[in-house]
Amino acid sequence: MSITPSSDYIIPKLKAETIVSLIKKGVRASGRGLEDFRELGIVTNYIPNADGSAFVKLGNTQVIAGVKLELGTPYPDTPNEGAIVVSAEFVPTASPLFEPGPPDENAIELARVIDRSLREIKAIDLGKLVLIPGKRVWVVWIDIYVLDHDGNLIDASSIATLAALLTARVPKAEVEGEEIRVDKSEYTGPLPMNRKVVTVTIGKIDKIMLVDPDIEEETVLDTKLVIAVSDDERIAGLQKSGMGALDKNEVLKMTELAMKKGKEIIEVVEKSIETSTREASAEQATRKLREDSEDTGMKGENEEETSQ
Amino acid sequence: MVSKEEKPKLIRDDGLRHDGRRPDELRPIKMQVGVLKNANGSALVEYGKTRVLAAVYGPREPQPKHISLPYRAILRCRYHMAPFSTHERKSPAPTRREIELSKVIREALEPIVISEMFPRASIDIYIEVLNADGGTRTTSITAASLALADAGIPVRDLVTGVAVGKVDGVIVLDIDEVEDMYGEADMPVAAAPSLGKITLLQLNGVLTPGEFEEALDLAMRGIQEIYKIQREVLKTKYLKVKVEE
Repeated sequence: MSITPSSDYIIPKLKAETIVSLIKKGVRASGRGLEDFRELGIVTNYIPNADGSAFVKLGNTQVIAGVKLELGTPYPDTPNEGAIVVSAEFVPTASPLFEPGPPDENAIELARVIDRSLREIKAIDLGKLVLIPGKRVWVVWIDIYVLDHDGNLIDASSIATLAALLTARVPKAEVEGEEIRVDKSEYTGPLPMNRKVVTVTIGKIDKIMLVDPDIEEETVLDTKLVIAVSDDERIAGLQKSGMGALDKNEVLKMTELAMKKGKEIIEVVEKSIETSTREASAEQATRKLREDSEDTGMKGENEEETSQ
Repeated sequence: MVSKEEKPKLIRDDGLRHDGRRPDELRPIKMQVGVLKNANGSALVEYGKTRVLAAVYGPREPQPKHISLPYRAILRCRYHMAPFSTHERKSPAPTRREIELSKVIREALEPIVISEMFPRASIDIYIEVLNADGGTRTTSITAASLALADAGIPVRDLVTGVAVGKVDGVIVLDIDEVEDMYGEADMPVAAAPSLGKITLLQLNGVLTPGEFEEALDLAMRGIQEIYKIQREVLKTKYLKVKVEE
């Protein structure tokens, strides 16, 4: 059962009024413009044991997305495709309002919105994840872990998911008849992707639209619209989230703004992956040189950090 | 379950849909209010073969009391599918889908209920999908809004829902299960028709910005049509009450 929240994040009335009056003048308490995202940091390959992962810091919101590929059976209606499962955990570290336990409606909504943004547009090339047609396929488990909540969890999670998917690799699997041997120490290649998708959440207060609301802004918003934007400039999903209402022109203005911002965010994700891959290979080369000359025998996985 | 490879033709050669409807045509719609004795308000709504029952209890004291709010009534909403409502039996335990839909349906109704009139109270909305053939969440919203009005709860407007979609490249109104399963996009929309406010908007599928605008326009037209039936049903009920006096 869904209940009107009675324990929402609370900010002093005076502060809320200030945030609103500033927004009406076109400025934000943080000094950001209405169409500016907060500073975005992306660390890929953050979890060595995952097949793909990314840590995303959007302002003070922190999220990890982990991708694991496991053997499974295909859905009966798509026997020749791999499967995707998206789950989200709002970890109790993230907010005084989060309690341990099964995912609540907000976590379920977040996971399902991200799932839909990837599924219908076929962001992942699931046709290439079949090992034995109709019987054994790769299941792509996407687990979103919200570590610290400072607003706009959906966009932070969607960016982390995209970065994790783009850096994910398919483990080596040998098929012998009905037998499959998986060797996770080796990979056959990157996870096959068709499209890149991110969500852009646009908040509305009075007649004013703003992107990437922080947690304090979220408390004063009338409502928000989550728009999934693909790299071929189509709308890959929508979700009005929150109690308020929107008129038609507002919706059209929001989708237009989201298309623009989505393109920018996808470019940032691409660039940060490029830089970290380059740095990783440079690192690898130096390490090899060092090992060759010193033969220290020290080995360790390295994480590469990039910032916008 | 049918395989995706056996996709039926969704738009026939004559330009009509698989069930003979025009792209901008609704399914036959039926509505009744006051169908339950115990609930404060109730409604039974059918969009074609989709049939949904909604009941409203309240305003009443919430259980447990501590979930109440001092300045308004809380809304509690459950969207639930009966085990026999689908082709294969559905377990009555709530699924992730039902949890999400309960939330978006509640959020679609929040803007119209004048909840400030009942501080510390709870208004409970129970939705049972009796038969599912596509568009269950939008049918649910239409039914829930009627049940709220039937319960005499002050509202700013009714809320009316309809799903539009893209099937075989054509934007169509009020999609059914086959069109939802094999179509390219499913976009449920609900709005308060007199206020011109959209209170639910979801999209599962892919649309270009141009197609999206076309779909939204079509949904708003369908909503106006369904809204007329909603108002008629409520009016008829209250006229009957008057005659009985």
